Amino acid sequence: MPLLLDSGQQTEDLWVVLPRSDTPADQTIPDGKVLIHLASWEAQRDELKDRASEIGVWLDSDDEPERLATEALSLPVLAVNFPVFSDGRGYSIARLIRERLGYTGDLLAIGDVLVDQLFYMKRCGINQFRLRSDQKTDAAVAALSTFSDSYQSSVEQPLPLFRRRPA
Amino acid sequence: MYRYDETDRQIIMDRVAQFRGQTDRFLSGDLPEAEFLPLRLQNGLYVQRFAPMLRICIPYGMLSSPQLRRLARISRDYDKGYAHFTTRQNVQFNWPKLEDVPDILAELAEVEMHGVQTSGNCIRNTTTDQFAGVTDEEIVDPRPYCEIIRQWSTFHPEFAFLPRKFKIAVNACPDSDRAAIQVHDIGLQMIRNDAGELGFQVRVGGGLGRTPLIGSVIREFLPELDLLTYLDAILRVYNRYGRRDNKYKARIKILVKALGPEAFAEKVEAEWAHIKDSPARLTEAEIDRIKVHFSSPAYLTVEQIDTAAFEKAREENTFFGNWVNRNVTEHRVPGYAAVTLTLKKLGVPPGDVTDKQLDALASLCEQYSFGELRVTHEQNVVLADVRKDQLFDLWTAIKPLGFATPNLGTLTDMICCPGGDYCSLANAKSIPVAEALQARFDDLDYLYDLGPIDLNISGCMNACGHHHVGNIGVLGVDKKGEEWYQVSLGGASGQDADIGKILGPSFAREQMPEVIDRILQTYVDQRQGDETFLDTYRRIGINPFKERVYASAS
Ligand code: SF4
Repeated sequence: MPLLLDSGQQTEDLWVVLPRSDTPADQTIPDGKVLIHLASWEAQRDELKDRASEIGVWLDSDDEPERLATEALSLPVLAVNFPVFSDGRGYSIARLIRERLGYTGDLLAIGDVLVDQLFYMKRCGINQFRLRSDQKTDAAVAALSTFSDSYQSSVEQPLPLFRRRPA
Repeated sequence: MYRYDETDRQIIMDRVAQFRGQTDRFLSGDLPEAEFLPLRLQNGLYVQRFAPMLRICIPYGMLSSPQLRRLARISRDYDKGYAHFTTRQNVQFNWPKLEDVPDILAELAEVEMHGVQTSGNCIRNTTTDQFAGVTDEEIVDPRPYCEIIRQWSTFHPEFAFLPRKFKIAVNACPDSDRAAIQVHDIGLQMIRNDAGELGFQVRVGGGLGRTPLIGSVIREFLPELDLLTYLDAILRVYNRYGRRDNKYKARIKILVKALGPEAFAEKVEAEWAHIKDSPARLTEAEIDRIKVHFSSPAYLTVEQIDTAAFEKAREENTFFGNWVNRNVTEHRVPGYAAVTLTLKKLGVPPGDVTDKQLDALASLCEQYSFGELRVTHEQNVVLADVRKDQLFDLWTAIKPLGFATPNLGTLTDMICCPGGDYCSLANAKSIPVAEALQARFDDLDYLYDLGPIDLNISGCMNACGHHHVGNIGVLGVDKKGEEWYQVSLGGASGQDADIGKILGPSFAREQMPEVIDRILQTYVDQRQGDETFLDTYRRIGINPFKERVYASAS
């Protein structure tokens, strides 16, 4: 399934997601574009230095984004895992990666990524979505523009509605 | 009250369209039940024991007459001709059809209503004092702040999938608390600091349910402009660290307890330091904009109101006098009063209203109270701005409608959840207990003599009937498949909030009137001077009650 972009366009999904390992220092990182778990990256980042354009890091919902070293912020892709769609920690993690750490690369949602959560994910700064394979693309594209406006400050629109409301 | 502008209107229409699409996808099999569940819950739609139930939001309890008429119409067209006011200042329909719900929500949107976030693991309706804006006890009208919180919490992108539900309440009275803020996830007490600036004392981690707790103060003074960023910080800490492995340990109170209030406060302060000066910070201009919606209606001056005639009627007609003493509350504007209409008539489940009564309420508030009405968490309704010289007419008009039972604040003005008659989570029925008590204690003179007593009934541990904070609390329990009732004493929900203590082994339903009677007799025998039930309980403790209730066979 292609990756859905926040613009509603689709693009080929070139990333292989490597699962979390019990022994992150010894995890074998295959060639090609791979998303590896934060712990594996922390354990192996020196060896992976030369592959910077092929390596992305994903965070699980119980990971602390504050742990991401400055080096990680120059990676082309970071990802947030939603183990189940009802686990809302990923929304906070995504905002922290964008707003607190100032990450400007691509931020992917991976895991249990469903049509009806895309709008909020997008507002929290996620710009690419690896939808669960049974999700319908047309419904997903439509869901990206569910609301014409929103009340709160968000990554997408830092000014809350009250700072923009027509008089 | 707050009126939508074009943007608010568009957002709520977008929501209806979204839910229509989701319902279609559910009905066509594209959206599995488990994934539809949180979506429908966040639009107020439950599936209950016998049918779906739709919970409609009444922001901080305020309703206008067109909204009341629309609720009446919906109850006729889509339901069985009645609605139920809840203990969280919302209203429920008990029999809508799932496929009709998008249409119902569209009809509600036309009158600026919705079911948004009335259920599910998200930020729920913010509640406050039913006398907000008209009581002279308050330092400021809390409703504009409730509206600001409502807008901030509506479709908040970060907090739609919290570990558990989240309830915020605001109180602006220094010496009383009708909003029960100490038993909310966040309780905001409006205060002025020494410099005279307005702000909030912030409490976190109160709540009822299985682990009843009084909230802890985590900040003594939060300036008003910092309200939203501070709430963001609290919610973010909760969203990240609240337990998600066990639904009964997932409320914020468990996190606050586990970390300790000081450590929790430190986490919040650390988070807040990053965002306090972000664009999310509230502005004076926004507070002013919202306040305009809550400005005073066109009150007459006291000279224009014939209060002498009112005083005379009150003296001459004892029934009217009783009702005024009980159900009419002082107003900050001379010549006006706030009137509570009781929805607790014998034989009617507390909080239930028919479509005709809803229409009647719409006309009454148009005629007597500037077209607005409030719902209380005790499941009554309030006309907040009634001229004193119209009180007699109003009383005459509401008597035949069953709204004038002069029992406000007395034993029979109970809070009672829908219980086993309607709710699939119930251990026991609650309404028949309320009815049996109303029948047993129907002597008004006795009720007046007993004075203020909060009796609260919940059908299960979820505590929708707030039994923990009733002076007398009744909880439905399941004993080997049978319905039993546990009684607790000494709870309170106001400024002196407290969690009730369990009296002892539970009782069968038939025993309940006798049990309550013995509790009351103990109070009457032991009270000194004009002590209230709660005063006496606090002085003598639970043992005298226990001895009397469990003496011989009860
Ligand atoms: S307290 Fe229990 S029985 Fe009563 S309404 Fe709530 S969930 Fe249902």
